[in-house]
Amino acid sequence: MKKVFTMAAAVVLLAGTPLASQATPEDDLKEFRSYFMKRFPGVPLNEFGNGVYAIDADARSSWEAIEEFPPYDDQLEKGKQLFSTPFANGKTYGSCFPNGGKGIRQNYPYFDAKSGEVKTLEQEVNECRVKNGEKPLPGKKGDIAAITAYMASTSNGKKLDIRIPNDPRAMEWYEKGKAQFYMKRGQLNMSCANCHKDNAGNRVRSEVLSPALGHPTHFPVHRLKWGELGTLHRRYGGCNQQVRAKAYKDQGPEYRALEYFHTYMSNGIEVNAPSTRK
Amino acid sequence: MAKGTIKMKTSLNGNVCNVKALIKHKMETGQRKDAKTGKVIPAHFIQELSCTHNGKSVLNANWGTAVSANPYLSFEFTGAKAGDKVVLSWTDNKGESDSHEVTVG
Amino acid sequence: MKRRVFLKGTLASSAVAVAVGAGILNPRQVLAAWPKSAFEAKSMQEALNGALGSELTEPSDAIQIKAPDIAENGAVVPVTVSTSLSNAESISILADGNPTPLAASFMLAANTAGSVSTRIKMGKTSNVVAVVKSGGKLYSARKEVKVTIGGCGG
Repeated sequence: MKKVFTMAAAVVLLAGTPLASQATPEDDLKEFRSYFMKRFPGVPLNEFGNGVYAIDADARSSWEAIEEFPPYDDQLEKGKQLFSTPFANGKTYGSCFPNGGKGIRQNYPYFDAKSGEVKTLEQEVNECRVKNGEKPLPGKKGDIAAITAYMASTSNGKKLDIRIPNDPRAMEWYEKGKAQFYMKRGQLNMSCANCHKDNAGNRVRSEVLSPALGHPTHFPVHRLKWGELGTLHRRYGGCNQQVRAKAYKDQGPEYRALEYFHTYMSNGIEVNAPSTRK
Repeated sequence: MAKGTIKMKTSLNGNVCNVKALIKHKMETGQRKDAKTGKVIPAHFIQELSCTHNGKSVLNANWGTAVSANPYLSFEFTGAKAGDKVVLSWTDNKGESDSHEVTVG
Repeated sequence: MKRRVFLKGTLASSAVAVAVGAGILNPRQVLAAWPKSAFEAKSMQEALNGALGSELTEPSDAIQIKAPDIAENGAVVPVTVSTSLSNAESISILADGNPTPLAASFMLAANTAGSVSTRIKMGKTSNVVAVVKSGGKLYSARKEVKVTIGGCGG
């Protein structure tokens, strides 16, 4: 079943049609999972966390060879060091997060009832910095990616557990994210779903398209193309540009909404970050 | 002389020592142009490596620019035991070098 | 104080000299100079001659090349060459479509296994060629690796 959300449909959703007439997030999650499990029979749910390597044996072999001594090793170590180093005022990142910032990545992004915003891990790392008198780190690569890569790695093995509380504001974020995922964009007029759902497993030139199920488990990711770690929003921006659409603002409401929907769709799959990709 | 560019892991299986190393080096080919100045970025790459086990050579390598940036190397040798020293060293075309020692097992 | 050892053709600051100076390597283990002509050779034949002294190789089933059928990124292609040929003295890796085919040459000690792994750059779809020197003779195997621009344009 192909879901195509035009801009008009997205507007209708946002205008607040009765919730009863829409599928619930739980319904969406069920449909999403069963779609991919049917499309790729024999691939266990958790394997989807390995992206295209769950469905392409040749690429998997190459990836495993590289993961024997991963190129992000250095940056991950730096991330640990940065995370553990106190700010000028003596406080640490740990003081801003539950459980000292370790083993929490699987809960991100989350809807913060107080502010009415969906918060991502990168966003909260920077808020922690500002709160403690430091300048925020620029958004998509470098130190911010190293720090969240380290934080994510402390959650490896934990299942993604994104919550959509029974709050119309949270639902609105969810529906916005869902619309982003299914909305066509750019000169190539493609949506995330066109490639990563409708055509997951098919080739676009020599590349196999990865399934959207499992995508967020392994971010930040070391893309060989980047030669370094990059955040999920970095990839969102890149993907948008590749279909010749203008990228949204890093950590802005559009990508946070998309990340909220996208990650919720991978609930139940273990975190396995960071990882190497092409 | 470069420092701290070599990360090396050894693992012992009986008397077989497996060595995995990841070296931080640009391995610049000399074929790329600087996007801003348009000038060719000069070649800068590791040319020679040597690996010793308790002072005795187990591997020597000659590399060219086609070895990937931040190069990886893995190989194994026999006759090793816990406590042995493995040393990996490299020199590049600019005369820079680095060396790193690891104790096995 | 570091001892300076002048080895045939190598720089005094070379890895070997460093190792010697640190008292780790015996200066009698003399190494040949880095084979510039081999690495700058534009043809397979010149590269093999320069690195190994001959361009004649015998195809051998006893050499396995593990490399992807399709490289995800031509700048980082993981390659493992293994051989069951006894007394493998050296393993060389070439990419016959590269402007200068010779990528790397590994000289193995008697107690070193005939298997090396590394990551190489490939400019375009071509063969990874592995040449093993054993018993003074050269043996080779090849495997095609496709290198393309990604579907998404990157």
